[in-house]
Amino acid sequence: MTRTRDGAARTAVEVRMEGLSRRYGAVVALDHLDLTVQPGELVALLGPSGCGKTTTLRLLAGLEDTDTGSINVGGRDITRLPASKRDMGMVFQAYSLFPHMTVRQNVAFGLRLRRVGAAERDKRALEMLDLVGLSTQADRYPNQISGGQQQRVALARALAIEPQVLLLDEPLSALDAKVRAQLRDQIRRIQLEVGITTLFVTHDQEEALAIADRVGVMKEGRLEQLAPPTDVYSRPATSFVAEFVGLTNRLTGEVSGGQVTVRGCTLPLMESGVPDGQVVALVRPEAVTLASHTSAESGPLVGTVIAVTFLGATSRVTVDLGDTTIMAQLTTSDASALPAGSRVALTIRPDPVLVSSSSSADGLVAEEEE
Amino acid sequence: MAAAATTRTGVRPSWAGRRPSVPAWVGTVPFFGYVGVFLLLPTGIVVWDAFKNPAGRFTLSGLTALGNVQVRGFFIGSFKLSLISSLIGAVFGAILAYAVASGNPDGVIRRLYLCVSGVLAQFGGVTLAFAFLVLIGPVGLLFHAGWYFSFPWGITVIYAYFQIPLMVLVFLPAIDGLRIQWREASESLGSSAWQYWRYVGGPLLLPAFLGGLLLLFANALSAYATIQAWEDAIPYTVPQQIYTSMSSEVGLANINYADALALGMVVLVAIVMTGYALLQRRAARWLR
Amino acid sequence: MAAVTAVGETPLAEPARRQVGMQAGRRRRLNLFRYVVFTLFGLFFALPLLAMARFSLEGAKLGTWSLTAWRQIASYTSSEGIPPLLSAVEITLELAVITGAVMLVVVVPTMIWIRLRVRWLARAMEFLCLLPLTIPPIVLVVGLGPIYDKIAHLSLSALMLFWVYVILALPYAYRALAAGLSSIDATTLSEAARSLGASWFSVIVRVIVPNMWDAILNALLLTCALVLGEFTIAFFLLYVNLQVELYSISRNTPDAGVIFSTSTASLLFAFVLLLILSFARRRRGIRG
Repeated sequence: MTRTRDGAARTAVEVRMEGLSRRYGAVVALDHLDLTVQPGELVALLGPSGCGKTTTLRLLAGLEDTDTGSINVGGRDITRLPASKRDMGMVFQAYSLFPHMTVRQNVAFGLRLRRVGAAERDKRALEMLDLVGLSTQADRYPNQISGGQQQRVALARALAIEPQVLLLDEPLSALDAKVRAQLRDQIRRIQLEVGITTLFVTHDQEEALAIADRVGVMKEGRLEQLAPPTDVYSRPATSFVAEFVGLTNRLTGEVSGGQVTVRGCTLPLMESGVPDGQVVALVRPEAVTLASHTSAESGPLVGTVIAVTFLGATSRVTVDLGDTTIMAQLTTSDASALPAGSRVALTIRPDPVLVSSSSSADGLVAEEEE
Repeated sequence: MAAAATTRTGVRPSWAGRRPSVPAWVGTVPFFGYVGVFLLLPTGIVVWDAFKNPAGRFTLSGLTALGNVQVRGFFIGSFKLSLISSLIGAVFGAILAYAVASGNPDGVIRRLYLCVSGVLAQFGGVTLAFAFLVLIGPVGLLFHAGWYFSFPWGITVIYAYFQIPLMVLVFLPAIDGLRIQWREASESLGSSAWQYWRYVGGPLLLPAFLGGLLLLFANALSAYATIQAWEDAIPYTVPQQIYTSMSSEVGLANINYADALALGMVVLVAIVMTGYALLQRRAARWLR
Repeated sequence: MAAVTAVGETPLAEPARRQVGMQAGRRRRLNLFRYVVFTLFGLFFALPLLAMARFSLEGAKLGTWSLTAWRQIASYTSSEGIPPLLSAVEITLELAVITGAVMLVVVVPTMIWIRLRVRWLARAMEFLCLLPLTIPPIVLVVGLGPIYDKIAHLSLSALMLFWVYVILALPYAYRALAAGLSSIDATTLSEAARSLGASWFSVIVRVIVPNMWDAILNALLLTCALVLGEFTIAFFLLYVNLQVELYSISRNTPDAGVIFSTSTASLLFAFVLLLILSFARRRRGIRG
């Protein structure tokens, strides 16, 4: 339920997009996308640049036309409706505040277009500014406030018209890291308080995992997986998802009898029906545990620490196993006992793993793509 | 910059490592000196001589002559022509600028029109008057415009020819400065195209538009060659009168008169250009 | 006279994606608007030029065609013994080159020097460079009389006009050069070069200037267009340049087709130069 200014309850709406396609010349930006956002839900669209997440948002907003398919909001087909009639609030990445208007006037703009009286407009604008914590800046101009504050004003402006849907197009990408984290949480708090159906586009997986009810990972115009953050992280549907979200170790293994054996460890499989044979298993760093290895014997799970990366509370330890390297994630205190050069023995926790049949070599998978 | 620096050949340049005995601004003397002699000095001379009489003594008679009816007529003539041609140039130039700006930034049309504007904004004067003479003058190829030699309409059409491109050059950056996000934000908040222009686009472009208008006005005020080539028998504008008073046989006595007229022009144009500069600053603040 | 923007200057605001990503209906309306505008304005600008070109190809009898006027450019001498057209053309072209060269030598190092070492003078330079717009040539020339009297002792050649032409070109050239200079991070580049051991001279000549080629070319071409079209000052100071020569031919022999052929030629020349510039611009990957 959302709150309106007269306290009356207002139901959140469902957004259903079916079969959306968009091409620019030879480039396919979206390929028959199906996506439904539940009432009051925040779905984050995540993916590398060019994957189609921004296109999806813009189609929903009505800023571009879809080539095929339909868009339903609250049961109504709005596919042919122009942007100005769609009743959606949108927050852009940057620069969207009108520079010639004060913060207050910016926020009240949508109300002015709807012919709301001046006094009422003002009251509503201040309410919104209160919601984002900026009522003291009401009479400043956009160039007089910081980037984070500008985005909060943009949010207030989008919410002031009490839209059915809230759209956020990488709203935090242009901000400093610290501001980004604070604002991210604030956006989520407000979204929950108002209870509005929201679509949030980002290329930062940390953001997506932190605030979304469900995360949609996109690649080349298609949805690879749409699931709650924990599922996307620990039960990735495809290797692209596994490799895009978080870090992954790629290790060769052998599948037989519904399990995979990786370097002597037997691990359950995430999917069923995987045929026997050679595969590449995707193992998360935090599933790898290390212990100091004093005896002289070697084996597939014995190696030497070649690097320790300090990340604050945790550290990432890179171990050379002779034929490949593997990453492990440990608490910093544990990692401090294993400096570079020490010999270690590994175990792999028997979490279900995803395997792919590609025969590319073992090795570390790089960080998430920008 | 006292750090010891060496050039590529390892030799220390002569002024490295020494405390600078010559302040840096000395390097700008050639420029300021040049401009001083060839811009400030002549202007100073004009202003100075406006207050002198032929015998060389200080007088205000040059200035008081500015008050007489005939002179007022010239200023009014200049004013009328400048106002009309700058309004026409500003409005049509803005429309053309918008058409150019809304296309492909790297496209042929934009390049073409920018080059054309660059050339035509400069190239008034004698050539232009000929071209129009041949087009709509007495033996015009297109037709004979009876109003061709009338003031101000005939000459206004010719002025439009360089005023419009000038407006395009000056106004185009402002239109480019309108961020797409503003349009999109406005639309998603529910505005129609008309509402966008009325509340967002229009107000944002207004300073640049007015600035362009003022610039065109000053441009028309200062123009001499075109109107002289168009019709040199009767002086309508102040610049033409300056010419007449400098070259007539009654001649020398009127140099101070010419100076006074020139002074009047400078003051007028200076006021207009100040307004222009202020408006440009405002426009730049929003549309950077 | 007052084109204060460099030709083809793309401002820093990103005008890209204007048409991509627009709703189909809106795009259709926009394109219709654009084509109508370009056609109408295209006609307005093209017709006088076409008329002039047509007239330049006019034969002895109305309606016939002939290249006489064009051939005459090289050989024309009016019956009054006024100097031939060709030497006026030559002088003007030489003037353009000299003015351009002097302007660059005076302005570019000063601009860079001020930007790197004497920041507080930047405002003063900008003001002085825009000042010539405020002082109409007609006024300037009145005050230049005494100064050019002195110069006449040095040389009677019309080439001496370059002294004042540089001043006239300042507003346009400055604008073009300033845009070029501000789009590169001159301070960082110079600090990097200095830390590697470059002298100030090297910094200016080997580091900054090569990054400003576009702007420099732009400034040169604007200067060239200005010199080709300048009439007022040359006329008043009793020098003969291209426009003055055309004007006096027109006063003596109004039907001389050579007026039109020369005018068309000089317009084409300026236009082609500017067009070449805009296609020769190297795409800069990173801005500011």
